[in-house]
Amino acid sequence: MRWRSMLLAAITLTLLSIFLVICSMKLPATEEKKFRPFPQLLYPQPKLLEQQRKDVLTLTPWLAPIVSEGTFNSELLNNAYRPLNLTIGVTAFAVGKYTRFVRRFLESAEEFFMQGFQVNYYIFTDDPEAIPHVPLRPGRNLSVIPIQGFSHWEEISMRRMESINKFIASRGHREVDYLYCLDIDMVFWNPWGAETLGDLVAAIHPGYFTVPRWQFPYERRPLSTAFVADGEGDFYYGGAVFGGRVERVYEFTGGCHMAILADKANGIMAAWQEESHLNRRFISHKPSKVLSPEYLWDDRKPQPPSLKLIRFSTLDKDSMNLKN
Amino acid sequence: MNSKTKDCLSKTYRDWLWVILVLAAFLGGYSTYFILEHHSSSPEPATQSVQHHEKPKIELQTASQRRIDVPLLTPWLAPIVWDGTFDEDILNEQFQGRNITIGVTIFAIKKYVIFLKLFLETAEKHFMVGYKVNYYVFTDRPNDVPKIPLQEGRKIITLVVQNYSRWQDISMHRMEMISNYCHQLFFKDVDYLVCLDVDMKFNDHVGVEMLSDLVGTLHPGFYGASRETFTYERRPKSQAYIPRGKGDYYYMGGFFGGKVQQVYKLTKACHEAMLIDKSNRIEAVWHDESHLNKYLFLHKPTKVLPPEYMWDKQLLGWPAFLRKMRMLAVPKNHAKIRNK
Repeated sequence: MRWRSMLLAAITLTLLSIFLVICSMKLPATEEKKFRPFPQLLYPQPKLLEQQRKDVLTLTPWLAPIVSEGTFNSELLNNAYRPLNLTIGVTAFAVGKYTRFVRRFLESAEEFFMQGFQVNYYIFTDDPEAIPHVPLRPGRNLSVIPIQGFSHWEEISMRRMESINKFIASRGHREVDYLYCLDIDMVFWNPWGAETLGDLVAAIHPGYFTVPRWQFPYERRPLSTAFVADGEGDFYYGGAVFGGRVERVYEFTGGCHMAILADKANGIMAAWQEESHLNRRFISHKPSKVLSPEYLWDDRKPQPPSLKLIRFSTLDKDSMNLKN
Repeated sequence: MNSKTKDCLSKTYRDWLWVILVLAAFLGGYSTYFILEHHSSSPEPATQSVQHHEKPKIELQTASQRRIDVPLLTPWLAPIVWDGTFDEDILNEQFQGRNITIGVTIFAIKKYVIFLKLFLETAEKHFMVGYKVNYYVFTDRPNDVPKIPLQEGRKIITLVVQNYSRWQDISMHRMEMISNYCHQLFFKDVDYLVCLDVDMKFNDHVGVEMLSDLVGTLHPGFYGASRETFTYERRPKSQAYIPRGKGDYYYMGGFFGGKVQQVYKLTKACHEAMLIDKSNRIEAVWHDESHLNKYLFLHKPTKVLPPEYMWDKQLLGWPAFLRKMRMLAVPKNHAKIRNK
């Protein structure tokens, strides 16, 4: 008897759930040949009679958007990009004492960086044992890439271009679609999403976005391959954040690396190491998207009213103590 | 009122007038400065001890004058290519090195051949000057294609196609013809495709600033209008259906483009959607334009062209936000021209 009532209950439940499924499904009309899924997202009509942000520059003269809060609809962008099944890569260098920053970097990235996407973190280090185990969400992976450490932090910094370039050639091009090259001594504080995706992406250095370009700390010695003459230059970009499609990042880092080698042969080191070379290259190979200082901030600086949000910034630390 | 009081009063009035004038001048100057420049409360660079003697401001030496009266970006960060927002020299520098060829498709079926001469002549003056251009003229009257002197690196390719008795069919079959010829011609011969109406003329510069993966143009008649008034297809039975409360812009059927691969996808999708509609015995309210709008709603363009790129001076006049009229409708008698 009990078996029978249990069976009856099971059948009823099954029928009920099938019925519910059918009800929720849209039954195609017999004539319709194809049904295209329709986005469920609702959002207000984009305004055509006014600008979203009037207080900041939102477009470069070569029509690259400058990404800041208020200029984009993050839901819309994430909805457009998530179905593409992209894998986003992140490279970060934790050499010597810098391994101490890995935990906070990864934990904050897990909370704010590219939520809903497949993410591969690549931590380049000379001390793989020192890399902590940080729990990651599903679809997100960590790879530790052993590299040679150097005694001078400038050398470590400059070798990054070469390391990233070699990594893309050997592994990166197969594993990721987009790659971001970030500094490790930083923390994510707010969402960093699909609004940052682009062919070649640069970020404005927080120290120089209000400064006239003759004051940019470009390399000013003509002997260096990173030399920028007076009257040249668009923005001063930060070396701590750059990225884009993996093929473009490969070209970019390759170009910077060659320029750094040429300087080495001439016995000169650019004023701000690879950041100088990055800036030189971004003049002749302009980024297709520029990130506002929201995406590369320095916590030691007071936050101006035009900066609505800080998404990624330095950790307050004694930098001299850490280098060397 | 005695004269002494009068003198006192007029003096007071004058003083107040001066105060007001000074205040107005100050406010005017300050507000202009405030809108155009970027402030920071503490402008020191992170690592250097550079002295700042002046008020800091964002300065892009290469920038053309900025526009604050119009939106420069869509919510998905596609630039809206307004005059004044881009530097032609920088863009040309970026594109010249790539040795690109731009293809233009125009349909001159039946009596529409009469528009070819003006279109091509004005294109030679204003369209992608200095670049390689292939004009693909789709026509059923190849002998009526005028011989126009062309700049170096530019040519006219005549493609003979069938005509249809209804103008709506001619309009809609453009999608099919463009997608067909992609494999035969366009993938090999050009990098970018620009698909235009032929009953237009170029009036001002149209250059590489418009090039991108997928480009749509804002229909001049709907600029600034609420999306509830957009003439999207509103019947769910059609593949071009866009429900109320959805949609970004109303795009023009007569000006779209992009990289060949993207235009191929667009035209193929629109053509297939129109075939489905046909089998369901429904025709979208604005034909290929309705399907284009549906496609660009689901596949957002990477650049949007403002109504500068497609204007009708007779119908719409010359509003303040329009600094240039790059392409203009050629006045025509609809009844006479269509279906002939």
